[in-house]
Amino acid sequence: MNLNDLEKKINSELTTKINSSHIKHNQLYFEIDKDDLLDVVLFIKTNKNTKFRQLIDITVVDYPEQTQRFKVVYLFLSHEFNQRLIVSYFISENEIIPTLTSVFPSANWMEREVFDMYGVNFKDHPDLRRILTDYGFEGHPLRKDFPLTGHQEVRYSEDKKKVINEPVKLEQNYRNFDYESPWEGTKYIKEIQDINDKKN
Amino acid sequence: MTKKIKNLNLNFGPQHPAAHGVLRLILELDGEVVEKADPHIGLLHRGTEKLIENKTYMQAVPYFDRLDYVAPMNQEHAFALAIEKILNIEVPIRAQFIRVMFCEIGRILSHILNVTTQALDVGALTPSLWGFEERETLMTFYERASGSRLHANYFRAGGVHQDLPRGLESDIGDFCENFPKIINDLEKLLTDNRIFKQRNVDIGIVSKEDALDHSFSGVMLRGSGIPWDLRKSQPYDCYEQMEFKIPVGKNGDCYDRYLCRIEEMKESVSIIKQCLKKMEKGPVKSFDGKITPPSKKEIKQSMEALIHHFKLFTEGYRVPKDEIYTAVEAPKGEFGVYLISDGSSKPYKCKIRAPGFSHLQSMDYLIKGHMLADVPAVLGSLDIVFGEVDR
Repeated sequence: MNLNDLEKKINSELTTKINSSHIKHNQLYFEIDKDDLLDVVLFIKTNKNTKFRQLIDITVVDYPEQTQRFKVVYLFLSHEFNQRLIVSYFISENEIIPTLTSVFPSANWMEREVFDMYGVNFKDHPDLRRILTDYGFEGHPLRKDFPLTGHQEVRYSEDKKKVINEPVKLEQNYRNFDYESPWEGTKYIKEIQDINDKKN
Repeated sequence: MTKKIKNLNLNFGPQHPAAHGVLRLILELDGEVVEKADPHIGLLHRGTEKLIENKTYMQAVPYFDRLDYVAPMNQEHAFALAIEKILNIEVPIRAQFIRVMFCEIGRILSHILNVTTQALDVGALTPSLWGFEERETLMTFYERASGSRLHANYFRAGGVHQDLPRGLESDIGDFCENFPKIINDLEKLLTDNRIFKQRNVDIGIVSKEDALDHSFSGVMLRGSGIPWDLRKSQPYDCYEQMEFKIPVGKNGDCYDRYLCRIEEMKESVSIIKQCLKKMEKGPVKSFDGKITPPSKKEIKQSMEALIHHFKLFTEGYRVPKDEIYTAVEAPKGEFGVYLISDGSSKPYKCKIRAPGFSHLQSMDYLIKGHMLADVPAVLGSLDIVFGEVDR
């Protein structure tokens, strides 16, 4: 089955549940609503014409300027039809989303990672703990408003004879140079021009 | 009078030679039988994805070497392919052959390490000594092509960094002639070895259904009898022109996975040979000056090349707004990059899908009911490298 047929097939079966769909780079992209997630996933996993039997990954993209801040993305693979499917939906910061652990056991750690990195909460997740960051870590590192250098640094204190946490102290500030081409108008040059225009 | 016996909790790692890195495995034991395994990962977490968001596309490549550090170039390949697909650029045929050849060298590197350390975990010392000698040879090939034994930074969007030095092709050819003998020697030591079989046969069995449900890929999937290989099913670069077989296991136990890896090494040697045969002289990177840097010679003569060089190494190239998932068949399984670009010269988001992450996750399912001594055997057959699990 080719991608176009597959898109039509899923669209006709799940008409009300699919908000929009498109094909790009030989992959199928679906946008859905948060509440329809379980229905859609169960359908694409079990239907004999789709058979997306494997959950490849779950991730989140952070757009801090939007009210619906997080885009939750699920990647699926169908071995039988050799197709890839990407399902996504938007949520706002404190929304709780359904877990996929009942359908795919492998969703467990993927959701833990999402929780750790972005602070998105999952409803009915069996074991929602931090996974990649340190024990007792605070904050969610992959959010765009989390600084690259972090907040805390760890060192061994010779006086106290133990490992201690303290606020990050940098010898030199993190330098983020703006290399963007001035011919296409970087922000600061536009600002200087605006100031000059006002003076004149 | 009955006495209640409490289960014993055992900390396996984080510094244990059989944990293959920094894994803290908390085991709940009933006598010698494992009741529950809870892997704690993240002790090698470096925030790769966050760092990549703050670097240009070209500066992000070396981070991929540091993921699965026993087969660095396979990871770079996924990232390079993702950018190339978004930018829609052609890769010259010679560059494709070089890439495929080095990916297969990476596969041999990874499989030698895994097979021999798996043997080490169950008590055989010699295979690892023999295997590491061959890895050394292969890493010199890496060094001669890229300048570095491990962190190659060699596959760039649009091709490879530079052409192969003189003589390297014939030396790789010589290696391909000698290496099958080494595989045979390893097999003589292990395949029919009574102790090795006792420790691996029927240990850590994965059924077809479970392999799919637990998001297994690569050898973990093929060992359970599912003939799935991205090099065949979704070919990238010049894999379409290559002839190779996909070894598939029958029982899905640790022993079958070992056999699959041995057979895959033989196939890799044959792919390398085919690459060497078909490779012809030619360019090794795309001609688009806005994406690939000019040669030193051009910079000395052409003003445009000089500007390109300067812009590429300061601002970097811009990638139009897009969203893509690309995956390659890395030695450990499906390694994928989910890349979101926003039109600037830095990735907006780069999610790395590491095969080891979902393999290690199923540790509890694999080891439940086995003996404590089977833990290293199962862990060894999962082929875990913490660089990619922890990212």
